[in-house]
Amino acid sequence: MITLQHYLLLSAALFSLGVFGVLTRKNAVNVLMGIELILNSANINLIAFSRYSSHGLDGQMFAVFVIVVAAAEVAVALAIVLTMYRLLKTVSLDRADTLRR
Amino acid sequence: MSVFDIVFCIVALVTIGSAAIVVLSRSLIYSAFALLFTFFGVAIVYVMLGADFLAATQVLVYVGGILILLLFGVMLTHRLYNLNLKTETFQLIPGLLIALAVFTSLALAATQTHWKRVEKPVAATTETIGKLFMEEYLLPFEIASILLLVALIGAAMLVRRRSDA
Repeated sequence: MITLQHYLLLSAALFSLGVFGVLTRKNAVNVLMGIELILNSANINLIAFSRYSSHGLDGQMFAVFVIVVAAAEVAVALAIVLTMYRLLKTVSLDRADTLRR
Repeated sequence: MSVFDIVFCIVALVTIGSAAIVVLSRSLIYSAFALLFTFFGVAIVYVMLGADFLAATQVLVYVGGILILLLFGVMLTHRLYNLNLKTETFQLIPGLLIALAVFTSLALAATQTHWKRVEKPVAATTETIGKLFMEEYLLPFEIASILLLVALIGAAMLVRRRSDA
């Protein structure tokens, strides 16, 4: 019988995988993929709690706004990554250590 | 085990497995395509939770928008003749420790807490969500639209080629 706990465990696994990706990847685009995993796991939590609570659809509304913010975030982040690539000729995060040149 | 449980196990395995490929694969292209399966898996989980509108939004925005943007990011930040899009890793041990600690604490919190659960029937959500957007959530809705506009203009400003540079 699948209940709330199973969804929470799935989302915990996704979240920690995302954290692992963010912490260990050098490529900026790959770090963004980790952030997307984290946002997805948060959404699973929101919708699971919305499913098993008496509060109508509030959790799902929150999840919609999380998706909107994720779309805005990835657009701006990719713009920053492209600018960084143009300036430094690399997207490796350990070589982006100057404020201006 | 019912059919529902078996389907959930398969979907969870596919989602977590492809998420592991996303963070472990050496090739950026493999990571991006594994992310596709993760997003679809999460969409199926939404369906199993009775969130039909969210599942459609997930497929449209994540698969149709964010994944394509990430692929653009992969392609634009590498020279085209350099086809082995490899990525390096660092801080493997601390990263692994922190991820394991996060997972353990989250899993303990999820399993040890006594959640108060309400069993309610699954119903179509699109109409309710539309009404909520236009009534209770009107202000956040408008703010979100302004946020999207700002992000659009900001992204275009960031990547434009300056003529004076």
